[in-house]
Order: sequence, then C-alpha cells, then structure tokens
Amino acid sequence: MNVQHQVSDELLLDYASGNLSEGWSLAVATHLALCPQARRRLQAMEGAAGALFDKISVSEKATDTDWDKMKAKLSGSRTAGQAISRPSQSEGVIPEPLRSYLGGDVSSLKWKALGRGAYQIRIDTADPDTQVRLLRIPAGKPVPEHTHDGRELTLVLAGSFHDGQDLFARGDLEEADGSLLHTPTATEGEDCICLAVTERPLKFSSWVVRMIQPILKI
Amino acid sequence: MIRRRMSGVTPNMSLTVSISARTCHNEQQAANRPRARVQLGQRMKRTDLTTPEHELSPADLSKLLTRVGQQRDVDAFETLFRHYGPRVRSFMAMKTRDTQLAEELMQETMMAVWNKAMQFDPARGNVSAWIFTIARNQRIDAFRRKRPMFDENDPAFVKDDIPPADLELEERQDAELLRKAMETLPPEQLDVLKRAFFDEASHSTIAQDMGIPLGTVKSRIRLAFEKLRSTLEAVR
Repeated sequence: MNVQHQVSDELLLDYASGNLSEGWSLAVATHLALCPQARRRLQAMEGAAGALFDKISVSEKATDTDWDKMKAKLSGSRTAGQAISRPSQSEGVIPEPLRSYLGGDVSSLKWKALGRGAYQIRIDTADPDTQVRLLRIPAGKPVPEHTHDGRELTLVLAGSFHDGQDLFARGDLEEADGSLLHTPTATEGEDCICLAVTERPLKFSSWVVRMIQPILKI
Repeated sequence: MIRRRMSGVTPNMSLTVSISARTCHNEQQAANRPRARVQLGQRMKRTDLTTPEHELSPADLSKLLTRVGQQRDVDAFETLFRHYGPRVRSFMAMKTRDTQLAEELMQETMMAVWNKAMQFDPARGNVSAWIFTIARNQRIDAFRRKRPMFDENDPAFVKDDIPPADLELEERQDAELLRKAMETLPPEQLDVLKRAFFDEASHSTIAQDMGIPLGTVKSRIRLAFEKLRSTLEAVR
C-alpha cells in the first residue's frame, strides 16, 4: 500500500541538508523507512546537492602537503565494512530509527495512561526544542491534549486517523502548524499508534501565567 | 607489480565474513609496505584517470571510488582527494567560517570516504551526492548534533517495489541528468537551494538574508524540486 501523505519538499530539504533537529528528524527518518517514494525524492535532493557540490568554486587547490598529510593517515585506518547493526527485536510494526529510541517493538512498550483510554510514551532526545511522544489513541476517539503552538508532525504507525476530509494510515505523515485548527480522530475498529513531535511548550516562570496558561491555551 | 597481484586477489566485494577477513589481510600488506607501494604506484599510472588535471566525468569518478573500495587503490584515492578535498574544504568553511576547523573537517571527511568506499554501490552511480552526504554527516557530528537515519537492513523497513535492475539504470542516468537539469533552474531557485545545502540556513534565515517573504522561499523550494523531478521522470 502506498503512503498517501508524504513529507513536504520544505521539510525533506531540511532533512537532506542536515538542517533539521533531532526530534523532527526522528519523525522524518521513520516516515522515510516506510515510504520508498519519499526516499526517492530524498535521493534526488542529495543528487541535486551533489551537482551543486561539483560546482563549488575552489579557491585553493589541494597541495602536495595536503595529500601527504592525508596519505599518512591512510595506512593506520581501519576499514569500515558493512555496518553490523543489531536492531532491537522487530515485530514489523515500529521501524528504525524509532524502535531503538523506544528500546523495542509494540509488545514490549510501557504505556502510561493519559485518561479516556489513551496512552503515551515520552521519548527522550538530546533536542531541547521538541517534545517527542508515542501516542495510542483508542479506536473512534479523538487525539487527547490536542492544543499546540507551532509545528507538529504526526506519523501513523498502526491503525489510522481522520483529520477533516483526510485519512492518515500507516506511514502517512501529517504536518500541521499552529494556525491549523484540527481534531484528529482515530478510525473505528483499531487503536491508532502514532509518533507525535511538537515544539516544546514554553515554560513561564511566573506562577500566575502558569496557572492561566492552560485556560488561554498559550 | 605488487598492486597488480593484490588487485587480482581482491575479491568482488559482496558481504560475507570470509571476504572481510581477506580485506584485512590486504590492508595489512599495504600497511607493511606503504612506501614501496606508493612509489610503484606513481610510476605505474596506467590511465588518464589517475592524472589529477583530467576533467573527471561522473562515470570516471564512480570508477575511481569503486577502485578505492574494492582494491584499496591509493592512486585512485589521490585523484579523488585532489578533486573533492578543496570542494569539501570550501563547503566546511561556508558554515564554520573557520579555516582551521574547515581543514580538519575536510581531512576527516576524506578519511571517511577512504574507510567507507566499499559501501559505495557503483550501480547507484552518483559519487558527488555520496560524498556530499558524508561531508554533511561529518559537519553534523562536529556540532554534536544528531540526525536519526533509517536502516535498510531493518526487518520493518519497507523496500522499494521497483526491480533493482531498473533502479540501477535509472540511477546511473540520474547523476548526469540532474546535473543538466540543475542548469535549467532559474537563478533565484538555485540560490535558495545553495543556501539551504551549503550554509545550512533555515528557511526563515534565507528569507531574511534575501529580503523575501518566507512563503516565497518555500514556493521556490517546491518549484525547484518539481522541475527536477519532472526532468528525471520525463526520461523514464
């Protein structure tokens, strides 16, 4: 089955250029693992970068000294063969790189209740600007706690959800920004497991602001 | 002569344990006699490919990198180094603005090219794109950032359903086609792509620097890649 909602060119370019921070990249890379078409687009972008690379104006040529320095390092180096990756046990639901962040596939996950039958797992990254969570939404129910500012990426791993007219199923990536008012709802029949990456909420130091923050939804 | 004999021994790199053992063996040989081997190599320049001044086509570059990967050919690597080293150094200097650091990152990138050369699949053709990805990853590491990547050997990875043989042919054409297609892009679109790839600039920084709205940056990105993709698809 083909992925219907692929990553946008703008976001994919950020990933291709190495300009996307860890949290967002985790969603994009996991989407790429599930979407061969998007990988071909990534490849075209890297090809474009290669073509630009060939055209870089070179101010200084490589001197013999440069080469001697390089050559001296070669003999001492170890050859990297095919990387032997030992991925955590796969049940075919959660692909890499996400599975390693979670430490296992669906049956080994330790969910925390969010109320109303929904569950979440917080995923640690070194990225201070994003909040990364795995969500499990009961069939037929809306995504809970759904207020956010700024960008939000949602990647479906199991089941599906509706958002307005659009259906998002396994591999589909939804990109939303703060201006979009939406109420994603899990499709009847199967719980929906998705990866949600949002901008980390601002932490206000004043307790007054902290108290009214949920009311004002800021 | 030594090299001839060695390349005769070097097996075609597929992925079994016995082969990597033999590679180790070759490496050791090279390490034991680095001087003799290099001197020999200089006298033994066999083709135009190992002459640095030669204008290198994508196919030449692919052959050279394959030779580095399969035969640990130091002469082929020297040609690649002289071609890409200065480009990698300029690429690094654009972001770091630090000559010393750019030099170090260039050396590390080229070292990684030497070490990973056997992972390069000549059927997939595009050496410049491959070296760009290595340079990009070195730059990310240097700033201690992380960029999660998919793993093609992961059982949950969804493979492309295009037969590998067709894909190979397509991708071999792509390098040359992309190069030509890039030349047809309007300068303002090319400018946005350059800033994104080389300066690692965010879209809002690009908008600010160029004095244009953010929406315009995004539409230029979309237009550029639509054009590139339609050029690639037109020949398929």
